[in-house]
Amino acid sequence: METSLIDLRCGIKAVIKRLEGGAVFQKKLESLNVRIGKEIKKVTKQPFNGPVVIEIDNTKVAIGREMASRIFVEEE
Amino acid sequence: MKILLMGNPNVGKSAFFSRLTGVNVIVSNYPGTTVELKKGKMKLGKKLVEVIDVPGIYNLEPTTKAEEVALKMLKEGDLVINVVDATNLERNLYLTLQLLEKNIPVIVALNFWDETKHQGIHIDYRKLEKILKVPVVPTVAITGEGIKKLVSQLNSARPRRCKNTDKERWIKIGKIIKEVQKIKHKHHTPLEVLEELSIKPLTGLPFAIFVLFMSFFSVRFVGEYLIKYIFDPLFASYLPVVTWLSNLFGPGILRDIFIGTLINGNVDYTQSMGLLTTGLYVPIAMVLPYVFAFYLVLGILEDSGYLPRLATLVDNIMHKVGMHGLAIVPMLLGLGCNVPGALSTRILETRRQRFIASTLMAIAIPCMAQTAMVFGLLGRYGIKGLGIVYATLFVVWVVTGLILNKAIGGSTPETFMEIPPYRLPYLGSLMKKLWMRIRSFLTSAVPYVFLGVLIVNLLYFSGIITLLGNLSAPLVVKVLGLPKEAVAALLMGFLRKDVAVGMLLPLNLTMNQLIVASVVLTMYFPCIATFVVLFRELGAKDLIKSTLIMIFAAFLVGGLLNMILNL
Repeated sequence: METSLIDLRCGIKAVIKRLEGGAVFQKKLESLNVRIGKEIKKVTKQPFNGPVVIEIDNTKVAIGREMASRIFVEEE
Repeated sequence: MKILLMGNPNVGKSAFFSRLTGVNVIVSNYPGTTVELKKGKMKLGKKLVEVIDVPGIYNLEPTTKAEEVALKMLKEGDLVINVVDATNLERNLYLTLQLLEKNIPVIVALNFWDETKHQGIHIDYRKLEKILKVPVVPTVAITGEGIKKLVSQLNSARPRRCKNTDKERWIKIGKIIKEVQKIKHKHHTPLEVLEELSIKPLTGLPFAIFVLFMSFFSVRFVGEYLIKYIFDPLFASYLPVVTWLSNLFGPGILRDIFIGTLINGNVDYTQSMGLLTTGLYVPIAMVLPYVFAFYLVLGILEDSGYLPRLATLVDNIMHKVGMHGLAIVPMLLGLGCNVPGALSTRILETRRQRFIASTLMAIAIPCMAQTAMVFGLLGRYGIKGLGIVYATLFVVWVVTGLILNKAIGGSTPETFMEIPPYRLPYLGSLMKKLWMRIRSFLTSAVPYVFLGVLIVNLLYFSGIITLLGNLSAPLVVKVLGLPKEAVAALLMGFLRKDVAVGMLLPLNLTMNQLIVASVVLTMYFPCIATFVVLFRELGAKDLIKSTLIMIFAAFLVGGLLNMILNL
């Protein structure tokens, strides 16, 4: 089932399925290896609309809420 | 010959740079931009070659200033050492492939090679070398492992000039990874547990408070230790020299300028206001120890990888005041000195953010020089005196931020950044960075203190201070509740905040007056060095806006504080 990165529960692994946005948005995500097909783990979500933190390969990435809401993943 | 060090951010490039180059490192801006380049020299065979540390970038698309500069540097350089994080090979290879498409020899350093073993990552670097057709050397920059081998292979690097489209690159990378990398399942290390704890809000916020508390405690401890055991004894043995000079000069203009006023017939380093007494004592014995301690602690925070975590934790708060989490960096740097603080606002993407960050820093962040002096003045009143000063400044920071965020149109871009794993800082690059910062403090602060002390003396002689004191008396006396003589200190604040605070000492002010003076001195105007940098960074128009906000806010807050404290 496809959910946005915001709705994914913390500590759960998932695969990126869809990025909702234009080429600039995708290019920006790509620079930190956030791409369709990549396996990620959601680490945490900061309160009061703070960023979502995911783990990707050996590093972590902080992603603002609005951007995170346009990244769709599927649980493994 | 020019060798370029290029790679993603957080791949250990500066440790690499420290390993390759000697002591003489120059930091300069790329012409016409605000992007900093570190340059050093390295011995290659019998020749001395230039090594340039290019800012960390993820790709070569010219979307940011750093990427634009990197592209231009590629045309000037003769060879690229591409530093790659071996624990993140896939992402790092994107830049590698882009570099191989350029007409320049490339050699690849697989850094953090030791970490790959702990992480269960196995990379067949010989196979990678065959696929990429350029030398690939596993390295551990911190210990120096592999560096010699890398240097010995510099001559065998050749340009590749292969061609790929954006899509092809990722497909190629996928194939390479499949062939050269194997990952075994591994257990979490204690450090990784700490990594998660310090980013989750429930545990991360207490941890952040603990880290910041420990940092400031260490700064105070190290600073006080240095003063007590090194600088005060040093100046005690220097006292006979100035006393001898003072007697030699006798009363008159020479003594007044170089030695200053004698207090009860003796030289008093903090109050005499002479070039060779106060002019040396304030920057070197009172401020330098804390500046040293501060940059040492900050360097450890930076190099360990903690700051991106702090930035993520405070991102939501920072958005309320019109910035994103990363803006915590200029604020922390500003606590050391507002000049590097102002320079570091460059890491923020938009003009709006840079304006807000610069204004907030200049208005409400006291630099270490000033803090050292305020502690000296108000320290004896303990938390009551110091607490009010710092609490007021914090409130000013929040309120000004909230207002600016509402008043200036536009929105804050969202956070999107890498949070690298924790790593042990490398002593070599830590010390190199500390030295560069201390050097820039000494070369910029000491001349201004000298100039300031000289000007104050001249203004006193010419009677201008008395005149200005009389003119601004209504404002200073009625609104701020300070004596007329404090005007001289306020004027001095344009040049050096630390000397300005020091000038309050002989006035025998009450605690409340000291609090008001300390707050107003912090807020009303950045020191001249910061002013110059802000002028470069913001331009004249925004700087005038920012300055007007500061002056208005300083007198408003100073006046209010004076009223409240004396109720």
